[in-house]
Amino acid sequence: MTEVTLSNVVKKYGAHQAVHGIDLDIADGEFVVLVGPSGCGKSTTLRMIAGLEDISGGEVSIGGRVVNDLPPRERNISMVFQNYALYPHMTVRENLGFSLHIAKQDPDQIKIAVDDAAAILGLDELMDRKPAELSGGQRQRVAMGRAIVRHPDVFLFDEPLSNLDAKLRTQMRAEIKKLHQRIGNTIIYVTHDQVEAMTLADRIVLMRDGHIVQVGTPLELFNTPVDTFVASFIGSPPMNLVDGTVNGANLTLTDGTILPIPLTARGLLHDGQAIHFGFRADNLMPIGHAVDEEGEIITLDLTVTLTEPLGTETVLFTEFGGAEVQAKMFNPRPVIPGEAMKFQMVLDKCHVFDAKTGKAIRS
Amino acid sequence: MPRRRLPEWFLLLLPAIIVIAAVVLIPLIFSLYSSFTPYKLTRPSTLWKWIGTYNYEKILTDAKFWAAFGRTVLFLTIALNLEMLLGLGIALMVNKVTWGQRTLRTILMFPMMFSPILVGFQFKFIFNDNIGLVNNALQSMGFNVALPWLVDGKLAMFSIAFAEIWMSTSVFAILILAGLFAMPRDPLEAAKVDGCTPWQSFRHITLPFLMPFIYIAMTIRSLDVARAYDIVQIMTGGGPARRTELLWTLMSRTGYVDARMGLANAMGYVSILLSIFFTVYFFRKLSAARAEIGMGS
Repeated sequence: MTEVTLSNVVKKYGAHQAVHGIDLDIADGEFVVLVGPSGCGKSTTLRMIAGLEDISGGEVSIGGRVVNDLPPRERNISMVFQNYALYPHMTVRENLGFSLHIAKQDPDQIKIAVDDAAAILGLDELMDRKPAELSGGQRQRVAMGRAIVRHPDVFLFDEPLSNLDAKLRTQMRAEIKKLHQRIGNTIIYVTHDQVEAMTLADRIVLMRDGHIVQVGTPLELFNTPVDTFVASFIGSPPMNLVDGTVNGANLTLTDGTILPIPLTARGLLHDGQAIHFGFRADNLMPIGHAVDEEGEIITLDLTVTLTEPLGTETVLFTEFGGAEVQAKMFNPRPVIPGEAMKFQMVLDKCHVFDAKTGKAIRS
Repeated sequence: MPRRRLPEWFLLLLPAIIVIAAVVLIPLIFSLYSSFTPYKLTRPSTLWKWIGTYNYEKILTDAKFWAAFGRTVLFLTIALNLEMLLGLGIALMVNKVTWGQRTLRTILMFPMMFSPILVGFQFKFIFNDNIGLVNNALQSMGFNVALPWLVDGKLAMFSIAFAEIWMSTSVFAILILAGLFAMPRDPLEAAKVDGCTPWQSFRHITLPFLMPFIYIAMTIRSLDVARAYDIVQIMTGGGPARRTELLWTLMSRTGYVDARMGLANAMGYVSILLSIFFTVYFFRKLSAARAEIGMGS
């Protein structure tokens, strides 16, 4: 049983504080993704769990054992690095078996473990090559193989896919997910790519400036972001945000558009409060090219300014409430910029954020 | 009838050919030729007397030559290995320094900035048996001895090696330090996570990466040491009684003191084989080490 617990973990570099007292409980076998913009402290947090960075304050425990002062080798973890970090002078086989060799395991057993890992990752053909002779994807696979031969308690991934091209990234993403389903270990994965976070995670930990902003399943973060930062970080395209003020039972947007307050925020707002009105592109659809939705629907007449056809859908850029927003058209037909269209929006799926704090207001 | 003109490419190359011929080719051919004559500087006419391989035969059976040859090889082996170990140690320590490293690196290069002749004089003074620092220090510490540092054969070789190592360890230190700077950090972190102790990380990750740098330093230094002359000449002059005679002190004595230039040149051609051997040897090692860490061959 290997749960990982961070309590009030702090990292300071001199006077600069990179991580501000993080609390996080990771369950055994859980796939947790730390995500956030660069410099948010996610990699630092991972490296503290790995033991590659000293912990300035708080406690990290793995499997119920506080590991603050243990060197990495005594934490029974393995790590996959962004730059693969393969040993350049060893063949793939030696790379895979290195940790077992260091642990002075029986050579026959090492061979079995290495062959096993190689089979899982499809490395059989490459065993006698050196890292310099491998492609990026193959190197990353070797790095993963090196991590799994040891049967560690916890896997740590530090942006493992960011050096790969888009196609390979998608492919390796699926392989990592399969790997997790197959071996079921606890995985902590760091990325700056919200798509990776959404697709891989059991639970996402979204970080910013050394703080955890929100922890939850991908759908929780997508559907109920706690603030405008989460709303614009998660989801592609990001959530549309339009400025406005509360006016009785209605919201008045910057350009004078008047909307009823969404159900979830009713009764929580006061007159004259400045807010951001948020909605996702797939909640603003031209009528006739929409997905059927339940709830309180409003219709809007908007002019399309730009189109981005993606095949199954087209992203439409338009002006709404005094801001440029994006809408989605399903079963698309060709649209000429300048064309006026009738749009529908499900009010229940819209969000209201306080303009001052950026926090979501919902019951 | 038109005059035949030299081809253009030849004309263009001619200046280079003339310079190379004047400074390299002709001296080389002349020295090679003279090694087959009993050429004595004091009797120029001897240059025209061909005696075939007589000089070479003489050298091959000359115990003094082989003693100097063996001593040079031994000196080279000991000095290079100690310099490598010390240089590696210094580089590893300097690499750990976080404050004032630049200054330290500059200080590290001081010994290389001195002329070997001056270093020779300095150590000749330090190891002098009457007024030298070492004996003085020993006596102040209560050892009532006056060790003949530059007279006793073994002690004199030690003293010379000491001076040589003092002067040139920084060549290794600087080159190995450059290797440490160029070393990627990721594999070391991976090794930590893979369970390596600091020693194991060094042995399995750092050292293989540094080997090419070590062999480059070895190649450079083996050429330096194989032609070691200045420090030895100043400190002991190859003596006393040839106890510290190395190849080049022997050669210069034969050529300039005894004026037997033909014989000295023959010695030169035999001992050049030594330098070639070491260069080829370390170059092979270098290529192998580079291929080992995937730097290409």
